[in-house]
Amino acid sequence: MDTAADKVALRRAAQGHFSAWRIDTPFQPRLAELSRTDDWYSWAGYRAPHSLRDEELEYFAIRSQAALFDISPMTKYRVEGPDAEAFLNRLTLRDVTKLNPGRVHYTAWCDDEGFVLDDGTLFRLSAERFRLCCQERHLPWLLDSAVGFQVSIDEETEQVAGLALQGPTSFAVLREAGFAGIEKLKVFDLAELDHEGGKVVISRTGFTGDLGYELFVERALALSLWDRLVKAGELRGIRAIGYTALNRARTEAGLIVANADFVTSEHAIRANRLRMPDEIGLGFMVDATKGHFNGRRAILEARTRGKLRHVLVGLEIEGNVPAEHAIVYHKKHKEIGLVSAALWSPMAKKNIAIASLERPFGDTISDDLWVEIYAMRELQYQKLMKRAKVVQRPFIKLDRRTANPPADF
Amino acid sequence: MTSFDCIVVGGGHNGLVAAALLGKSGRKVLVLEAAAEVGGAARTEEFAPGFRASSLAHILNRLHPDVVKDLDLERQGLRLKRDAFIPSIALVREGTPLILQGAYGETLTGASAKEQTAWLEMRAQLLRYADILKPFLSRRPPDLGGLSLGETAALGQMALTLKRLGKEDMRDFLRVLLMNVADLLDEQLTDDRLKGLLAFDAVLGAHLGPRSPTSLLGLYYRLAGELSGEAGAQLLPAGGMGAVVSAIAAAAAKAGVAVRMNSPVARIVVENGRTTGVVLKTGEEIGAAIVVSATDPATTFLDLVGPRDLDTGFVRKVSNIRMKGDTAKLHLALDAPPAFAGLDAAGHKGRLVIAPSTNHVERAFNPSKYGEFSPEPVMEITLPSLSDASLAPDGACVLSAVVQYAPYALKEGWQAGKAKFQATIMAQLEAYAPGIGRTVRHAELLTPADIEARYRMRGGHWHHGELQADQMLVSRPVAGWSGYDTPITGLYLASAGSHPGGGVSGAPGLNAARRILQRRKEA
Repeated sequence: MDTAADKVALRRAAQGHFSAWRIDTPFQPRLAELSRTDDWYSWAGYRAPHSLRDEELEYFAIRSQAALFDISPMTKYRVEGPDAEAFLNRLTLRDVTKLNPGRVHYTAWCDDEGFVLDDGTLFRLSAERFRLCCQERHLPWLLDSAVGFQVSIDEETEQVAGLALQGPTSFAVLREAGFAGIEKLKVFDLAELDHEGGKVVISRTGFTGDLGYELFVERALALSLWDRLVKAGELRGIRAIGYTALNRARTEAGLIVANADFVTSEHAIRANRLRMPDEIGLGFMVDATKGHFNGRRAILEARTRGKLRHVLVGLEIEGNVPAEHAIVYHKKHKEIGLVSAALWSPMAKKNIAIASLERPFGDTISDDLWVEIYAMRELQYQKLMKRAKVVQRPFIKLDRRTANPPADF
Repeated sequence: MTSFDCIVVGGGHNGLVAAALLGKSGRKVLVLEAAAEVGGAARTEEFAPGFRASSLAHILNRLHPDVVKDLDLERQGLRLKRDAFIPSIALVREGTPLILQGAYGETLTGASAKEQTAWLEMRAQLLRYADILKPFLSRRPPDLGGLSLGETAALGQMALTLKRLGKEDMRDFLRVLLMNVADLLDEQLTDDRLKGLLAFDAVLGAHLGPRSPTSLLGLYYRLAGELSGEAGAQLLPAGGMGAVVSAIAAAAAKAGVAVRMNSPVARIVVENGRTTGVVLKTGEEIGAAIVVSATDPATTFLDLVGPRDLDTGFVRKVSNIRMKGDTAKLHLALDAPPAFAGLDAAGHKGRLVIAPSTNHVERAFNPSKYGEFSPEPVMEITLPSLSDASLAPDGACVLSAVVQYAPYALKEGWQAGKAKFQATIMAQLEAYAPGIGRTVRHAELLTPADIEARYRMRGGHWHHGELQADQMLVSRPVAGWSGYDTPITGLYLASAGSHPGGGVSGAPGLNAARRILQRRKEA
């Protein structure tokens, strides 16, 4: 049983994911049951729903009820060891020494040139145990960054299932489901709670700008966790949703998505697509006083020399036609940037957009901005030149997101 | 805490050159040397009672003219004039050795008239082409991020030199630049002895065989070196290589440079992306706004600075510098001078090369690819005590040989392999100088592992990193940082691991010092 052919067969068997069209997440059985639209896309190689039944109902589940969204395809790394804090502090922009155990922060990391490799959330599970969640895969980069640190890094994307439970009734659903002490979680807190003889990590985090939680559990307990939430949420309007609804909510919250609102540096082919944190609104993360971190030299030099070319802004656009991927102009004439996300916001009651502009526009010059929207009207494009105004993000601010204790809707 | 303007880590010849030039500019400079004496791989050391030899580098052939001039080395007693030049000799087991007289074979003795003509043509061409590369192989590499006016002018100058060659010659220069030396030799020469010697010179100190692509670059590198304005010239410094270092050290002392021996550096201190000095192994801290590391780049960054203060991509690049030595050094204390076949007394004072043919060099290289030493090694031999009697007791003789190939990561390990390799070398020597074995009073073989330990060169690599196309010029020591400055403000590199590379040239030290002084002027 040791012939070359056997070996090849064994290797093939161990690499089934190579030939899988789209990998199923641990929640696929439930998603498949619920799906009426059969509208799937590939999220980092996993089958994920654009929508399950109705985008509008799914969006309003986020804002009025409780929405359940499968985040298992998110790339997850377990970072452990006595130097885990020091390693992450050197890797990422923010000061990890200020991140206490039981807390989460949103951060980003850069290559040597200061260009953003990815953004993500860092969960501090204990003093020496972290989970890093992000969009792209980074294992070689993380391992090479670990040279000289006592730290172990393992990808756990496959082993750990993730769910986002977002919306005004999300707290009540969790309490109803019997997660004792859930009311104590403040925004960006996390707790390890019992589930079916195992543990579920619940954090008060999310991608919607609403009251909400994220839950991580070992793969084997995924479906029972789903069922526990759905049962508890029956009377609270819980609804499984797809990405389209979430994308609207995150845009209202002013949150950016890697490779949608900016191109990550390992994916960018064209040199002028690379972005420094200051160019995508993440400059606030850069902690120049915490000691060395990757890209520090380049970022500080770009700041001193005024080499930052772009800026990411929120726009309010007149009218009600979404300006998705519209070109932004100064004085209706000079091209100065592009809209990367846009919608008519039901919450803000405004036509909003996230756009990347070339400085000084959006930075020191913000008047007389326009977007050119191609509105398809009965098989004919109508070009609309609409006035745009730079506004602060988030576009909506919901008190319930941060209220303590969370309200019982 | 004591403090200086500049600290130089490592008192090898490049460290001392940088220190002397910085001292001359009025800075308070301290050189920290880990060993009991300065010189690094360019010392003269006693390896047996009464026998002294140049420890690693034993032939001077590329001391940078500006180093000689700026440090006034000739006044310090260094003799570099033509009367000190030595010939190169391609040894043979029987018959007549071939002798390249003057500066790299201005005349050829022992070859046919036809071969002599062919050689003189080829030599002229090699020197013409090496001359084009020379400015590149001595100055600071161009800054690809943003060319200064001076750099642009220098590049323009190079283009002009190329243009001046004429169309045919320019085309040929570009054609052969990245060729392997073996093919080029076959195009122009027929004498195996001559081709063997040239092939050997092209790959000396590199993990390359004559048929490896780009091996010709090694020969250009060699010929871009000069002494007293004569390209390709070579000599055995009186008193050994240590005398060259002594002259540089004297210039440094005159410039007010302080030197501390037995002071290994444990750490280069970095605060906020800027160096503030060093910590010695003893724990002593010494402050300086400028630290010049003349130890190899990998040791500098991975051990002395440490990855935590550096970026991941940079650490990646530094960790990937190819620097596994493939060259050993042999010192023999002989009861009497050896007699190499067919060679007269004067010939024995030259540089003696055992590399009977291109194929022989290639075959010697082959096993090293697989972690084995050469069964019939090629080597460059000098008998320095014949020209400088002070190096050996009366009537006795010192033999110093650079031997290839001796892979750093020997499969069986050097513990087990060293004695076998020594026996192999001795057998080879016996074939060319019968009876030599009986006269050996003491032998010292330095494998790359020994060289790494004794001279603190990672991988035991003489050049502090392979000197091949991918690790030259703007890619030396790593892409983006070839200009002697580093990602750490105030930390500079001045070792052979920086452009242009190894050999006793002082060029990396010279360029590093110039860079520091230029930046100070800009600031």
